[in-house]
Amino acid sequence: MEQTKHTQATLPLTFQQRIAATLAAALLGTFLVYGVGIANSDTMHNAAHDGRHAFAFPCH
Amino acid sequence: MIGRILLAAVAAGLIAGAFVSGAQMLKVVPLIYAAEAYETPATTEAHSHSHDAAAAESGHNHDHDTAAWAPEDGVERITYTALTNIVLGAGFALLIAAGMTLRGRATDWRQGLIWGASGFLAFSLLPALGLPPELPGMAAADLTGRQIWWAMTVAASAGGLALIAFGSNWALRFLGAALLIIPHIVGAPHPDEFSTGGVPAELAAQFVATSLVTAGVFWLLLGALTGHFIGRGLQTD
Repeated sequence: MEQTKHTQATLPLTFQQRIAATLAAALLGTFLVYGVGIANSDTMHNAAHDGRHAFAFPCH
Repeated sequence: MIGRILLAAVAAGLIAGAFVSGAQMLKVVPLIYAAEAYETPATTEAHSHSHDAAAAESGHNHDHDTAAWAPEDGVERITYTALTNIVLGAGFALLIAAGMTLRGRATDWRQGLIWGASGFLAFSLLPALGLPPELPGMAAADLTGRQIWWAMTVAASAGGLALIAFGSNWALRFLGAALLIIPHIVGAPHPDEFSTGGVPAELAAQFVATSLVTAGVFWLLLGALTGHFIGRGLQTD
């Protein structure tokens, strides 16, 4: 019962704050994941090589 | 407020990334090093012949075929791998945080576990159905094609899971299930001829299992930490 109550509580954010936080987190997150996992620069690839293989990103 | 959410995600990524680096050093990275011992310039060349020139040029150039910078084997290489994991952890945690704030429900580590499990499905397990984790030296189709299929599959899987979990009616949930399945009906790009490039099949099979298990543990930890930190970070207000 307590669990049900808890999961239905909402984050203490206004609608605008929620949208702004979602956009900021999504953009920054996509940027980081793209840079580390996908960017085709040789330097980025070589630095992140073992991590890319370990996380099964398509790599060379 | 936004700063706290971003900070919570970065902290979760730092911890989970550091943790998974330890696990990788023990179980995953030794398999990559072992595979590289089989990767001779001859196999690299054979690999590049079977695909287009652009793929060959941006192909494997870790140590032998171009002058591009690469970390020295040893401490430097391990450090960059750990750094990669931490940045990747922060990136994935930010994407989980974006999902949580868009959803708008209160969160804790238990909620976070479900988000983490979904992240594992969308980013690791479902794409692996088309493009299994690969060791260096194994034959593969053109890189750009595989990256596009990977990104589309991640997006479709994440959207599909969200529709199944949050959809308000059965039509939306069925649409979600369809999104999960479609990338695998389309199919991932595969090379004309499969080859492990001399890497023993046992090594490749071991790598698929260990890298997926390690990624699964990482995602569960990352989700739980993100849920916990965001829940705590917003509570104090």
